[in-house]
Amino acid sequence: MGKPKIATASLAGCFGCHMSLLDIDDRILKLVELVDFDKSPIDDIKKFSGRCLVGLIEGGCANEENVHNLKEFRKHCDILISVGDCAINGGLPAMRNVMPLKECLDEAYLNGPTVYNPEGIVPSDKELPLLLDKVYPCHHVVKIDYYLPGCPPSADTLWEALVALLNNKPLELPYELIKYD
Amino acid sequence: MSENISKIIKEVCEANNKDRTRLMDIVEAIQESVGCVSSDAMNLIAEEIGCHRVEVESVISFYAFLSKRPKGKVAIRLCNDSVDKMKGADEIAKAFEKELGIEVGQTTSDGKITLENTPCIGMCDQAPAALLNQVVAPSLTVEKVKAIVAGLQKDTDPSKISLGLGDGNNADSLVGSAVNNNIIKKGDVIFADNESGTGLKKAITLSPEEVVDMVKISNLRGRGGAGFPTGLKWQFTRAAQGDQKYIICNADEGEPGTFKDRVLLTEKFDLVFEGMTIAGYAIGATEGVLYLRGEYAYLRTFLEKKLKERRDASFLGKKVCGKDGFDFDIRIQMGAGAYICGEESALISSCEGLRGDPKTRPPFPAQRGYLAKPTSVNNVETFCSVTRILEKGADWFSDIGSVDSAGTKVLSISGACKNPGIYEYPFGAKIQDILKDAGAENTQAVLVGGPSGQFINPSEFSRSICFSDLATGGSMVVFDTKSDLLKVVEEYMEFFVEESCGYCTPCRAGNVLMKERLGYILAGRGEIADLAYLEDLGGTIKKASRCGLGQTSPNPILTTIKNFKPLYEKLMKKQEEGMQPSFDIKAALGDAERIAGRKSVIYTD
Ligand SMILES: Cc1cc2nc3c(=O)[nH]c(=O)nc-3n(C[C@H](O)[C@H](O)[C@H](O)COP(=O)(O)O)c2cc1C
Ligand code: SF4
Ligand code: SF4
Repeated sequence: MGKPKIATASLAGCFGCHMSLLDIDDRILKLVELVDFDKSPIDDIKKFSGRCLVGLIEGGCANEENVHNLKEFRKHCDILISVGDCAINGGLPAMRNVMPLKECLDEAYLNGPTVYNPEGIVPSDKELPLLLDKVYPCHHVVKIDYYLPGCPPSADTLWEALVALLNNKPLELPYELIKYD
Repeated sequence: MSENISKIIKEVCEANNKDRTRLMDIVEAIQESVGCVSSDAMNLIAEEIGCHRVEVESVISFYAFLSKRPKGKVAIRLCNDSVDKMKGADEIAKAFEKELGIEVGQTTSDGKITLENTPCIGMCDQAPAALLNQVVAPSLTVEKVKAIVAGLQKDTDPSKISLGLGDGNNADSLVGSAVNNNIIKKGDVIFADNESGTGLKKAITLSPEEVVDMVKISNLRGRGGAGFPTGLKWQFTRAAQGDQKYIICNADEGEPGTFKDRVLLTEKFDLVFEGMTIAGYAIGATEGVLYLRGEYAYLRTFLEKKLKERRDASFLGKKVCGKDGFDFDIRIQMGAGAYICGEESALISSCEGLRGDPKTRPPFPAQRGYLAKPTSVNNVETFCSVTRILEKGADWFSDIGSVDSAGTKVLSISGACKNPGIYEYPFGAKIQDILKDAGAENTQAVLVGGPSGQFINPSEFSRSICFSDLATGGSMVVFDTKSDLLKVVEEYMEFFVEESCGYCTPCRAGNVLMKERLGYILAGRGEIADLAYLEDLGGTIKKASRCGLGQTSPNPILTTIKNFKPLYEKLMKKQEEGMQPSFDIKAALGDAERIAGRKSVIYTD
């Protein structure tokens, strides 16, 4: 049997959670001994090559493409993990949830104090995915199996969680790793 | 703020001795004469009575009948309770909107009339009903709506509109209301004939301890819902240290579907006041407070007069019935539209001139209640029973009813039945017999004890009203097979969401989540696992909430999951594996599609 496969995605996130994953430093060598990376920005594989054991999701859903992507992950991964506050709560992008989408776009492209847009164009190319009415946490869109909180969760947290999962052991996170102030 | 308004505010504060604890009276008086308590008014009140402005604002923002911004001269408050909806309240709301040319929540452009919704106003037996300021307009029809609006447009004094007169004391010149008592079944305790003063005269021949003992022996338990033994509560209050003690009568009656206290106050006020006086004697209190819900303000003048008559007859005041050392008097405290104020510790907060926030217990009111003094809070009907116990004896009382529940229970029956109204039954009465008396047919469900109680199905109609089976504060709403029961459940959840004081997260946020999940189910986007989620969350809310509101608010959902599960299951559809059925991508993209003027190419119909 080959190595289990892992896939990752950044939806409406800042890539900070992925950076944190890279922060495991030389342990990444151990990680690739344990798993193969499938669809992920880390190896730039764009399409699932088959079924994966674990999917790590950074960021919530702000547009239709995020939703589509997340559903693809759910379909291909046995275990789906929401990584970081954006995936779990919507995070910073969800700050727009308090206002209607139209107001939000107007502020960003027309009325904001630093906007220079003499033609008053709000980007709407059909290549651009349509925005959702608000930013949704991942578990509002698909079933999520585990949550790793933090902004981002530290490299150690991600490492411990993955190792525990891959070895089928209970996850024991020391206090320092789940303390956020 | 005009000179004139400043003058009014100063006068009102003066009339209340600039007493911070009487803030409710102060702001209610100002609201009534000026139409709002503006930001400037709050500053002035705070200055006058020597408190922080935020304390005044916290009161104004808490109560539904108080407002910072001006309302119309008349506030039309439409009762949007589920029973009213069953009886056509939506049609009445539309009629008002059409006649006034505004929507619910708005004020006419001439500033005369505001139209808004309000939860149960205690008129379910004559629904649909509305309040026109303090005037109750029951049994509304589209014709009546037209007449009311025409009348108010001519003269904004709602008391000038002729709505007719109701039965009994409703026709008294000091009540002058179209409300009806609809007393259908009289029992041996509350609605039997009695002579005012007999119970009290008996009480003062006994020692206070003997009175407490008598109430204990009678096995009287509180009629407000929780059913705490009244004698025991009095014993604790009597035993507690305090230079002053208080009796409070809970006439906040906010549980949707309950209206029996209204009728008791209209017809049996003597039993109520006498019971309070006996309680005062028993625990050693010299002051009683009747906390009357704002919706029943139309009874106030009448009740004030009845208090005066009792004073004149020496049933109240100094040396009650000539008894040396026994002084007792009663004042009326008006509420201002907050269901939570029926909870005894919130009620005490309200009497103290605070937001109606429940207090953390212990200490219980018996130790530390109104103004931090030992206080006994009892329901209107409890006091009525006390008077009769003193009059007829503890054994007489404990012989009525069932084994664990002595006496009678006054029920407010409404909804899908021919004879809605007031029924007094000995405890132990069976639901099926009650339904027959009320003329209920094709009954799908009975809500016993209001939304904080339980929905029961026909297989349980042989159960009986008593503390060990179906305990109730008196609300009983009948739903026939025409009702969309889960829609009703959703409305009651909305009620709890609105009425939560917001202190505990499980109650404040949990009820919102419960209602939201129910909404998904009703929209056909639920799944079977949602029921476990609701039960789990409901359990947490009940366990982790500070007061009775949170401890019972999940009941509409929990008891229908238990007793009407097929209704939920029928709404469940096969859902896509791994996906959240509650997420509606088309709805989430609606705004963007409209703004961009193009359709999604990923999620096509
Ligand atoms: C949210 C809430 C609302 C209540 N409303 C009322 C009420 O309107 N009238 C009442 O007598 N008791 C009400 N109660 C119960 C009171 O807290 C208290 O138990 C009762 O007044 C005690 O009187 P009793 O012992 O005579 O029943 C309410 C409780 C809660 C939690
Ligand atoms: S959780 Fe923090 S680090 Fe992760 S994507 Fe969101 S903002 Fe970036
Ligand atoms: S349970 Fe609800 S109403 Fe009661 S104190 Fe807590 S938040 Fe307030």
